[in-house]
Amino acid sequence: MKYQMTLLLGLLTGAAIAIGFLFYNPLPGQTSLSPLSVSDRQQIILNYSAVSEDSIILTNDDESRAGIYSRVHPLLRYWQTRKRHPDKVLQLWEESISQTDILVTELRDGRNESAGIGIKFSSRSERTRVLNGTALIDSAWYIYLPGQGTLLIEQSENHWSLIREVVIPAHWSSGDNWRGTWHGTISDGPGALGTGRVYGSSGLFGGLESDAIETLTAKAYSADVGPISMEGQLTIEMISGDDDSGESYE
Amino acid sequence: MINGSVMTRPISLKLLWSPDEALFFRITVIKVFLVGIILGVAGVLAGLHYVPAVDQHREASIIAVKPNGGNTEMFHVKVPVDRIMIGASGQASPLPIGMVWPDEPRISDARVELFKLRNARDAVVGVATRLATNDSEIGDLIEWALHLPARGTVLVKMSPQPMDGNRRVGELTAGTREFGPLIGSMSERWVAEPTNSEDASSGRIELQMSFVSTNGHTRGEEVAE
Repeated sequence: MKYQMTLLLGLLTGAAIAIGFLFYNPLPGQTSLSPLSVSDRQQIILNYSAVSEDSIILTNDDESRAGIYSRVHPLLRYWQTRKRHPDKVLQLWEESISQTDILVTELRDGRNESAGIGIKFSSRSERTRVLNGTALIDSAWYIYLPGQGTLLIEQSENHWSLIREVVIPAHWSSGDNWRGTWHGTISDGPGALGTGRVYGSSGLFGGLESDAIETLTAKAYSADVGPISMEGQLTIEMISGDDDSGESYE
Repeated sequence: MINGSVMTRPISLKLLWSPDEALFFRITVIKVFLVGIILGVAGVLAGLHYVPAVDQHREASIIAVKPNGGNTEMFHVKVPVDRIMIGASGQASPLPIGMVWPDEPRISDARVELFKLRNARDAVVGVATRLATNDSEIGDLIEWALHLPARGTVLVKMSPQPMDGNRRVGELTAGTREFGPLIGSMSERWVAEPTNSEDASSGRIELQMSFVSTNGHTRGEEVAE
């Protein structure tokens, strides 16, 4: 009996060491410098609020299918704390879309003026590997900019740093919230430099293929309702008149 | 001396074991504890490696091969049950209830709809958005973006004018993941519900996608894993 208790104690200690190592492992750090920051090409900056109440609509599975595993798993817990908006919006409860969020939001330009409408589909990625410090989301932005055209942005997003530095501290906090300043690039591919891919469809963007980066800036987060103060920014690289395509997007 | 009455009470190890035996016991306990730590670390790592954090549900694709080559796949949307949102200016009763559409003149001509998307077996397999706008700069525009979580996203630019009656055809302009190397077209068709429903807007939107794979020689080839 003494040996069994000792073994159990050892197992628990080992598990705690492993979890602690994964949590504090500095290797999967957040990219602080955007690959597009060194580009001399023209860029479009689009801002949006990542807070549910600020969106036009935000819908997801809303914990209807959340089992006990979802309640204790920090990644699943994080993905399910985004509150639907408005309350009456249709829920994505069907099995094939229950791990998907849809965000419809107004996009603003650098001068904080309305620039267009963005629809973001975000689905949890099966390539997520906690061991590698990745909490991946496969997302696609469909963007309509009046007078300019439409485009699709394909991204693989890594939310690991956000979860580790904002979400988990919010859950550990006695007040179930986090306040501070967190800024990070969530784009993690499929471009070789961790950029998302942009496909132009209509208007000035027709035939365009370029790169994009999405960043998040969080200032307040609640373990119960998700982001309270969080801004997102899309930086889309354009092909200037000097490039091979000969097109200009002035 | 140990007599019978003393045997019923707890006995110190020192009384039973020699100093060597007690030392052996302590060393064994430490060894077991260390083995437990190693097993605990290995168990957590193995669990995280073999138990997926995300497991997307998949419906089998229902793809038909066309006689002249290429493939077709049918999707549909049941209206109104699959409609998530109608985004347009000046709606008396917005869908969903409580939604506030931006009061922005530049998007006043745009109508953005959001649906759940079903396959030929009537199972929900994804979500889709349809944009229709009469933009003063870029003209009439109708586009679909179909998102199937386990497969990817495809963007289709429709012809503004219907081909015959209520059928409209468009071209696949972009695709991600599984849809990346595909080129082809998609048609949309409104089929009114043949029931005694009093709701005139009840029916289904049929989407037929026709495509061939380019084996990654075009859109998908620059995409690095």
